[in-house]
Amino acid sequence: MHEIRFSGLGGQGIIRSGFIVGRACSIYDNKYATMTQSFGPEARGSACSSQLVVSEEKILYPYITQPHILVSMSREAYEKYEPELQEDGTLVIDEDLVSPVLRAQIRIFKIPATRFAEELGNRIIANLVMLGFFTAVTNVVSYEAMKKAIPGSVPDRALALNMKGFERGYAYGREQLKQQ
Amino acid sequence: MKADPRGVLTGAHYLDGDHACAEGALAAGCRFFAGYPITPSTEVAERIAARFPECGGVFIQMEDELASSIAIIGAAWTGKKSMTVTSGPGFSLMQEHIGLAVMLETPCVLVNVQRGGPSTGLPTLPGQADMMQARWGSHGDYEIIALAPNSPQECFDFTIDCFNLSEKYRIPVLLMTDECVGHMTERVIIPQAEEIDLVERKYYHGDKSKYLPFKPDKDMIPPMVKAGDGYRFHVTGLTHDERGYPVMSWQCQEVLVRRLVEKIKNNADEIYRYEEENTDNADVVIVSYGISSRVASRAIDLARKQGVKVGFIRLIVVWPFPEKKIAELAAKTKALITVEMNYGQIALEVERCAHGKCKTLLVPHGGGWVHDPQDILAKIKEALQ
Repeated sequence: MHEIRFSGLGGQGIIRSGFIVGRACSIYDNKYATMTQSFGPEARGSACSSQLVVSEEKILYPYITQPHILVSMSREAYEKYEPELQEDGTLVIDEDLVSPVLRAQIRIFKIPATRFAEELGNRIIANLVMLGFFTAVTNVVSYEAMKKAIPGSVPDRALALNMKGFERGYAYGREQLKQQ
Repeated sequence: MKADPRGVLTGAHYLDGDHACAEGALAAGCRFFAGYPITPSTEVAERIAARFPECGGVFIQMEDELASSIAIIGAAWTGKKSMTVTSGPGFSLMQEHIGLAVMLETPCVLVNVQRGGPSTGLPTLPGQADMMQARWGSHGDYEIIALAPNSPQECFDFTIDCFNLSEKYRIPVLLMTDECVGHMTERVIIPQAEEIDLVERKYYHGDKSKYLPFKPDKDMIPPMVKAGDGYRFHVTGLTHDERGYPVMSWQCQEVLVRRLVEKIKNNADEIYRYEEENTDNADVVIVSYGISSRVASRAIDLARKQGVKVGFIRLIVVWPFPEKKIAELAAKTKALITVEMNYGQIALEVERCAHGKCKTLLVPHGGGWVHDPQDILAKIKEALQ
């Protein structure tokens, strides 16, 4: 079972990130995935997060208790959620936006997701770059399932750009794994 | 009768409970919606507004919940299946019209995505404290049907069930969900239209001059006609006879209100639904519903790992209340523990039906977030002392 928290600022597509991974897992990878999210005044600009439980079996208790994967795309969100990450958990960050203070056994994967998105033409797809990276460096969801889950989860007019972002992040992740 | 394919979005989807509820309504043939936005239920209305044009439905955003709840009654009398959606404060405003719908025997569905109360309370956070209001919120004596889903899939399935029950018994049916389930996203499988069975409204087809709008058949349910089909009839919230005309007498009251109550009570065995697990030889049985039932399952796992024999009953239909089932469980276990997000509502029913045959305990919670499974575990241990 995986307990994952995606975190960042409202407006970065953080809730959407949890949604896409959850959709990929539960519809295309034949697993169970429950996504929950914080609903509050954090529409734009403050720390927000979506939580995802992924399991081979039916999920009864729907919430994360101690995530073992934390994805962070803002400093504020990182500081808010880092303490709950499991001792031997995995941290996935946008390295230009988060400067982590590492605990001993935490595995860390870093990508300049927002910078890559800007290079591709629009920073709004930073979350898809991050998702490509996430797909490569964790074993939560398959690349094939993600490729099927993205269409229909992002606006049609921006699908090609989003896919490009996803591929960029995925390729960068594969590269990093090889180097390790 | 099978579902109209225009409303059925067949396939595997990743939906939150609110959106799944909207899809359930569409699949059930709901083609009239009146509502007033309120967190955490607004997504239901939004999805219905987006989808209705594709399948010929009418969506009206009303000026408030009073208007919404009476508009759906009017629409039902024209032959439409109709629904409204709200949360606590709006549900309070709708109580008068729930009573009117009961009195006029109007099939319609009201969804309450419960949040923390009283009053405006906690708009974005969950509660389960409207359960007694669902049962007794309108004045006068009546029976009601209420279902409690615990997942987006059930929001879809049970919304269809709500429509079917409302058509069958000519009664407003309540879907009592909550913010957690409403805003939780999971896989929802929507079947083919021909796999969805719908209850067809019973219509009168006889001589127009002999039509009596409130003359029941043997099943205690009067057949309906559609307003505009040329029948003369009168509907009123006043106590009425078979013609629908007001009659201010205790005799008429006795005939009418007894039938309104008995058409549900006498059919309760067909309406009750629950899931039961390991209740034979259990030392303790947990009673729960809605999101709390999923939270309780974690505590039950923990307790079983420690060797405690824990049974579980999850109420799917909460009203009418499964009196005989609870009495039967009370006779064979040491304690019934109710887990719900309030300070004791369904727990009172459990206590009543247990009739002193076993201990009855509550794990109270004011809402705003779900129970800590450890609190439930502690109560299980307390029950065994």
